[in-house]
Amino acid sequence: MLERTNEGNKRETAAVLIGLALLVALPFLADAIGKGFYVTLFTRILILGLAAVSLDLILGYGGMVSFGHAAFVGIGAYVVGILSWHVFDGSPLMTWPVVIEGTENGFVVWPLAALMGALFALAIGAISLRTTGISFIMITLAFAQMLFYLAIGLRTYGGEDGIALYNKSGLGSSIDLFDKTTFYYVCLAILVVFVWLCRRLTRSRFGMVVRGARINERRMRALGFSPYRHKLTAFVISGAGAGLSGALLANAAEFVGPAYMSWQRSGELIVMVVLGGMGTLFGPVVGAAAFLLLEEGLADLTEHWQIVLGPVLLFVVVFARRGIWGWIAGPAREDR
Amino acid sequence: MNTLLLVEQGLNGLQLGVMLFLMAAGLTLVFGIMDMINLAHGSLYMIGAYLTATLTPLVGSFVLAMVVALPLAALIGMAVEVVALRTLYRREHLDQVLATFGLILFFNELVRIVWGPQPIFLKPPDWLAGTVEIIPGVPYPAFRLAIIAVGLAVAGFLYLLITRTRTGMLIRAGASNREMLGALGVDVKRLYTLVFGLGAALAALAGAMAGPILAVQVGMGESILILTFVVIVIGGLGSVRGALVGALLVGMVDTLARALLPTVLRTMMPPSQADGMGASLASMTIYILMAAVLAWKPRGLFPAHA
Repeated sequence: MLERTNEGNKRETAAVLIGLALLVALPFLADAIGKGFYVTLFTRILILGLAAVSLDLILGYGGMVSFGHAAFVGIGAYVVGILSWHVFDGSPLMTWPVVIEGTENGFVVWPLAALMGALFALAIGAISLRTTGISFIMITLAFAQMLFYLAIGLRTYGGEDGIALYNKSGLGSSIDLFDKTTFYYVCLAILVVFVWLCRRLTRSRFGMVVRGARINERRMRALGFSPYRHKLTAFVISGAGAGLSGALLANAAEFVGPAYMSWQRSGELIVMVVLGGMGTLFGPVVGAAAFLLLEEGLADLTEHWQIVLGPVLLFVVVFARRGIWGWIAGPAREDR
Repeated sequence: MNTLLLVEQGLNGLQLGVMLFLMAAGLTLVFGIMDMINLAHGSLYMIGAYLTATLTPLVGSFVLAMVVALPLAALIGMAVEVVALRTLYRREHLDQVLATFGLILFFNELVRIVWGPQPIFLKPPDWLAGTVEIIPGVPYPAFRLAIIAVGLAVAGFLYLLITRTRTGMLIRAGASNREMLGALGVDVKRLYTLVFGLGAALAALAGAMAGPILAVQVGMGESILILTFVVIVIGGLGSVRGALVGALLVGMVDTLARALLPTVLRTMMPPSQADGMGASLASMTIYILMAAVLAWKPRGLFPAHA
């Protein structure tokens, strides 16, 4: 089991509660200082945070460095985009063997986005997990590139230009996603539930097998577990989370395009996870916030903000190994 | 499908292949010896192209500009190695991916500040601007033939360097056992820097030669970087022979797929759809090839440390 001091535990709990309180209060705070656009910015942070948490599940706990995670985000976004396009166009998605019409019902589209993310993760993971190390990094990148070019080839759905959405997903008459505060709280609720699920998962017997496989796969096999199947399951769950975040992202931007799947996006997700702290689940949310706020702040200062961001990344990797969450919540929770 | 077109596309594939080999050789050497994954390799390619494009009007000759640009790029590469990458050799691959991802952002922005966001156009030297009829009826650009020749010459040079010289012996020894090489009194750090400089010069050579074919612009390094990774993963990480085979395979498959797939698809569906599908399928081909190779041989075709 985990060796943890009580003190570290308390400090982390406090940090989580304070962070959550701040996130809940954020729309009011933004309103009070008259900067409503912070609500939109933090909605993006929550959504990318969701994608980063899903990546942390495999990267931080399973040691699987997926360099193609943006592909699953893109798949979720395209599920929303394509079904919405068919509503606008009036044509059915398919007519055989069953007629499927386009839809903008969030209760249908969002779970479907997660499901498609999971299915693609199952197919990609089943092949990729045969390899390890750099080959795994590269094969996940290769699959993401395939889907990226596939999206560009979808001429019906805008090809390289993507799809502009005319409507957000509907969640019944009482929840209006066009209201940015409502949309913010919906994203926050989904993120909280997902983080809670992942936390339960990583502390379950299943999670222990995945974490054990990262540290010593041979020993896990000797204990009678199948690391491959456990890792694949984690990969699929992670794909579902990323797909769901893609559905939210499509709604936030009211746009879906191949750029969502570009390899730079995958790189940025890894950056968020490591910046925030790998294998912490809360860290990636902080990492997403830090990344987007840094981007926002530096972009205000200089148009060439990436020339600062690059060295900052290098610096974080070389000197701040445990990420921001390690610094907030105290020492690492487990020996690495 | 006529034979002449096939010959022409075959040569195009060969040209892309040797270009990829120039990139892959440096990357795979760095990986084989230092166990280091370097995403910033594409930045050196971009720097080589920009330096050559800037120097050509100054010195009045494309070739002379290249002669000056290559050592400069090698120096930049060695400086990056000493300043930033040296601390990363013993780190996990994830750290290396991240840190060199940061370097890409830095170099792209640096180039954008120095040269501006507009692409620069670079003309091939006059004596290579025309075409040559290799087979009667197939005029082929002389510059592309020159690229093939240079690429094959570099492959030969690398073969001799690695198998026949003392430096090559040290490189091979470093790839199979670093600690032992250090224990025998070889200055491993200097060897690393040297190999990195060699890789940087090869990448810059590829970039300089790509200049007249493609536009010299920010981000040009990334598109070829990903192809290069596909090459070295297919060939087997750390193996120069694997890099050569992988590069020619990827160059050929990619070029032929782009040339042939739309035509093949046109026989099955309406032209407008066929062109879109064909282009996107063609872009996917090499990734499908890579996934297939890895699924079949997870360590690539010629694994270096068997």
